[in-house]
Amino acid sequence: MSVITLTINGIEGSAPVGATLLEACRQNGVELPTLCHLEGLTPVGACRLCLVQVEGARRLLPACVTEAQEGMVVLTHTEKLVKYRKMTLELLLSERNHICSVCVANGACELRALCAELGVDHTRFEYRCPDLPPLDTSHERNGLDHNRCISCTRCIRACDQIEGAHTLDMEGRGIESRIIIDMHQKWVTSETCTKCGKCVNVCPTGTLFWKGSTVAEMQKEVGFLQWIKGGREKKSWSYL
Amino acid sequence: MTSKTRVATVWLGGCSGCHMSFLDIDEKLIDLADRIELVYSPIADVKEYPEDVDVVLVEGALCNTENLELLLKVRDRSRVLVSFGDCAVTGNTSQLRNLLKIDDVLTQVYQAGPGSIPKGPEALEVLPVLLPKVYPLHAAVPVDFYLPGCPPDPDRILRAVTALLAGEKPELPAESITFG
Repeated sequence: MSVITLTINGIEGSAPVGATLLEACRQNGVELPTLCHLEGLTPVGACRLCLVQVEGARRLLPACVTEAQEGMVVLTHTEKLVKYRKMTLELLLSERNHICSVCVANGACELRALCAELGVDHTRFEYRCPDLPPLDTSHERNGLDHNRCISCTRCIRACDQIEGAHTLDMEGRGIESRIIIDMHQKWVTSETCTKCGKCVNVCPTGTLFWKGSTVAEMQKEVGFLQWIKGGREKKSWSYL
Repeated sequence: MTSKTRVATVWLGGCSGCHMSFLDIDEKLIDLADRIELVYSPIADVKEYPEDVDVVLVEGALCNTENLELLLKVRDRSRVLVSFGDCAVTGNTSQLRNLLKIDDVLTQVYQAGPGSIPKGPEALEVLPVLLPKVYPLHAAVPVDFYLPGCPPDPDRILRAVTALLAGEKPELPAESITFG
């Protein structure tokens, strides 16, 4: 396997050719916060939490969709980057209605876990309190709550790339982005949904949940992604 | 002159659960009582928020004009203001009404449904007016420290209060910066 060398935070490191900067950082012991990234799904660079500074680049680059190059000099935790990451989390908190005390995913929420990790104990931005489409609990097993969505698209990618159903998609752009089912219909009428529940498991917040679960009852399990990918690509079906 | 720290607690638009959680530090309240003078609180019969308060814990969101008026007074008369619990820090469940129109909320609560109807101009004159939206405290005044949780658990409160009494800024570990 060919290898490239790069410098991360002043320390020499190496990564396989073709690795992303995020993979290179993690392989060299440098952890970057992520929300939209999930091992096993194609990266999209949506959440902007993994932004890093690369010498010679005129703008900050999302590590998850930037290929590591020979000789790159990368900074991952400058004062500016940490400030921007906190600001990104604050903006996410203010964008929709994240009422943790009544959320199914309380305690299992990746957004809140990152806020805790980065010390975001409030948002300085005014809450938008948008009036979003109603909860879709028409599905036999799953529920969809737009109030908690951070538009990471993990559910869409899992549905498309792992399950192959492509039931879920996104309508609108920017702040108007909404998860839709098939061509915008109630979940119960979807003919493509296989009811596999992968979307629910990969959702980092309380947006997708098992019906019947109440506050703080949701537990998410993403290990299956590695299991399926390992099985398909390496013909190894060992479940960790 | 007393050498005790002048502490106050305030209850705005919240359920008083944060105060209940504070009381749940149980016997440690006795140690605290030796070190603080409780100058204003829902559990003390003091009518007017006093001057010269060292530390104040404010529970609840800003929901109406009375909340706002009291908070401005509290900020003016206190050195360290703690945003105490999720409603104070985020608006929490109090701000669920921000998705609705105020008139619809009032109609639903006070005029719809069974029973006699407590409506009329006399009620509107004595009741504080609802703010157009519910806000967290820091939307109106500078906050010195955020103590999240619904409610913050007793240990978290004790840890923060202990640091504040020592004149330090509390350092919450990551596992204590949780909401809900």
